[in-house]
Order: sequence, then C-alpha cells, then structure tokens
Amino acid sequence: MTTTTATQWIEACAADDIDEEDVIRFDHDGRTYAIYRSPDDEYYATDGLCTHEQIHLADGLVMDHIIECPKHNGRFDYRTGQAKGAPVCVNLKTYPVRIDGDKVLLGLA
Amino acid sequence: MTVSTTPRDYSLIGRDTRLAEENGLAAAQWYQCPIPRKELKELMKRSDGPALRDTAIWFATLFLSGLGGYYFWGTWWAVPFFAVYGILYGSASDSRWHECSHGTAFKTRWMNDVVYHIACFMILREPTVWRWSHTRHHTDTIIVGRDPEIAVPRPPDILGILLNLFALKSSYVAMKKLLLHATGRLNEEEKTYIPEMERAKVYWIARLYLAIFAAVAIWCFAIGSILPAMFIGLPTLYGAPFVVIFGLTQHAGLDEDVLDHRLNSRTVYMNPIYRFLYLNMNYHVEHHMFPMVPYHALPKLHAAIKADCPKPYNGLWEAYAEIIPTLLRQVREPGYFVERQLPDPNKAVPHNHGTQFVSVVPAE
Ligand code: FES
Repeated sequence: MTTTTATQWIEACAADDIDEEDVIRFDHDGRTYAIYRSPDDEYYATDGLCTHEQIHLADGLVMDHIIECPKHNGRFDYRTGQAKGAPVCVNLKTYPVRIDGDKVLLGLA
Repeated sequence: MTVSTTPRDYSLIGRDTRLAEENGLAAAQWYQCPIPRKELKELMKRSDGPALRDTAIWFATLFLSGLGGYYFWGTWWAVPFFAVYGILYGSASDSRWHECSHGTAFKTRWMNDVVYHIACFMILREPTVWRWSHTRHHTDTIIVGRDPEIAVPRPPDILGILLNLFALKSSYVAMKKLLLHATGRLNEEEKTYIPEMERAKVYWIARLYLAIFAAVAIWCFAIGSILPAMFIGLPTLYGAPFVVIFGLTQHAGLDEDVLDHRLNSRTVYMNPIYRFLYLNMNYHVEHHMFPMVPYHALPKLHAAIKADCPKPYNGLWEAYAEIIPTLLRQVREPGYFVERQLPDPNKAVPHNHGTQFVSVVPAE
C-alpha cells in the first residue's frame, strides 16, 4: 500500500483496547473501520463492513491473520484485505496503522 | 365471517420479493440476544477435535453397518444393517454438509471442505448451489420471496412432506436441477443468489454427480443386482426420514417475515444419539442468531442466552405436538402460525406477523 504525505493520522483507540487476536470497531467521519491486533502483536486496519453484505466485521472472529465475518463466515486476510473464497469475492480495503505511545493511529488519505 | 387470502409468492423473483425489499426485510438487521464479547469469542473458538471424533465415529459406523449389509445381503438380516447405513448416509449427511458449509465444524479449512463435498453428495445437494442458497437463508431467514430454503411454504404440501420422508419429492427436484446444471444452465431463481464467477463450478459438479450415478447404474446392470446402489445413491432415499423429522422442527409452522430468530426458529432438546446425527442443530435459534459458533459449542451458547429466548421444546414429541396440528390447520388457513412467547415482549423486533402482505377479503 502507498501512503502519501496527505495521510491524516487519526487516533482510533488505545493499544490496550484491543485484545490480542481480536478486533474492534472504529467509526470516524461517517465511515466504519475495523482495527485488528494480531497474535504477533501487530496492528492492522480495514474497512469495517464485509464486502459480501454490509455486516460489521468487528463482530467476527480473528484467527491468526484471518477475520471471519459473523454473518456467513466469509474470510479475509486482514493484513492484505484479500478475500479467501466464497461467499466473499471482493477484497477489503486496508489502511495503514501506526502506534504512537499507547495510542493506535489510523492513516486515512 | 369466512375469509380467503391471496396466496403468498415464495419464488425469489416474484411479488413478495419486491415487497420484502420495499419493506426493509431483505438483508436487514436482526435481533441478537445480548452476550458479552469475551464470552462469545470463547464460544466461537474453533478446534478440530470434536469434529474429527464425530467424523471418525460416522465413517466407522457407516463402514461397519455397510459391511453387515453386504455380508447378510439376500437375507432379512441385511435390513437392520442397511437401515443404520441409510440413516447415517441419507440423514446424518444433512447436518454434516450444513456445519461444514459454515466452515465451523473443523478449525482446518480443508477438512470442512472434504466432509462438505462428501456429505453434499450423500444428500444430493449440489455443493456450490447449496452453499449460496444457504448463505441467503441466513441473510433472510424465512423472509418470503427472499429465502430459497423455506421448507414448508403456506399452505403446506402435506403429500410432499410425506414423500420426502424418503426424499422422493426433493430428489426428483434435485435430479431435474442436476440435469439442467449439467447442460450449463441455472434457473432464474438460482441466478439471483449464485454469482457469475461460481457458475462454472455448478455445471462441472452436476456432470460429475451424473457420471457417478451412471457408473453405479451400469455396475448394477452388469452384475444383475441393486447392491451397488444400496451403498451409493439409494441410501439418499431410504435413509432420508430423519432429514424431515429433524428438519421440520427448525422453522415449520412458525412466523414468516420477522427479523427475530426467536420467533421463526425452534430449539428442541434431543437425546445424545439424535444430537450426534444432527450435530446439535436442534439448537436452531442459537445457530441462526450466532452462526459463527461451532456445533459443539451450541449447548453452552444455549445456556448463555436461554433467559432471553422462548421456552425450548422438551423433545421431538413436544415439538410435533405443535407442528402437526399447525401444518394441518395451515392447509385450510394459510395465515395461521404459532406465535412464540418471548420472555420480554418489549425487546421484540417490530415485525409483520407474516400476514402483512396477505390481503384478507370477505368470501362471497
Ligand atoms: S456478510 Fe460477510 S460473509 Fe456474508
């Protein structure tokens, strides 16, 4: 993913707000995002809604680097946004994430 | 006053499809019982262990009963062995394709896929078609005009239900669809839920199924015996009763067009043998409300949310004491349904009671 100098870093949550291997929802400016903390303690962000139907991924299950949608169990790799097969066919948009002290910052263009 | 009703349109491309969309019932927000995220996460956790154990028991009992049927073939002793083989093949496959289609039975993806394909063949459900129809069933559970898996449209087809105790109607429909798909076509309804990119798979698997059935038929003719078909193909029919016996408890006779699974689904307590055959799908309210929870965790999920759900049914007898009279009454009165009592009616999602789109007119 390329980020430009126009990237705006928005404070999304505290690093501790997300358990390891879990996800939370973050709403900003009329849009919804999903912020993940992986088992290896890295942070990632994607669009918050599944690309199959408009379901919040933050209600889903994180397994390793996969987020499974709570509605029909569609799976994405949240690091790349890649859809891993039916019923999800369209990739998720991903966003850069930065840790600043104990804050998780989300990079929005 | 006698009333007559305009029949509902259960097709996915008709009047009720349009009405469901206009009324916000398509891909809508559904009620969920409150449950802390930590607890739900624990319940959603995947593991291979329970499904490996249940699959090993399933295959071992299939093998042993099949062996008995083969050994005693030509005597009456073969009957109980084939009865067991048939139920494991034709009925137990129902819950197996279902659980694996959700990808929750096993933790390991390929294990779900392997069992999914085997079970789909056994119950004669084309894997790609049913994966997508079941997806829609979960989006729009018992929403008329949207859900392709409404087992008992109103008025109920009682003869069809009885025929399906041996999968006669369902297999006839499935064979017609196989033939259609093998020629590279879908029907108009299937086009509404199977995406373009998945369709080639449908056609090739249909051809494969037909090739297997043709091979078994040729084998039977070659040896002058139906024995091969007793193992592959026919058990879909003679082993089917529990597909209907268990399956009808899920939604039959309950409300339509309601965005709350507590009102359109049943949870029925069952004994451990039935729960093995049915992989805990008797916890059907729970399954629909939280489809991410694997079958082996459904009893715990049930305990976690039961205070917010209607009273479960205490066994198949109690469920059928309600279902049979309801379906018989719906033959005459299609607008009738069983209204489940919620513990806190104030927490119900506003709904249409399934009759909103039925115009009631005085009879002449
Ligand atoms: S809504 Fe996410 S998989 Fe269907």
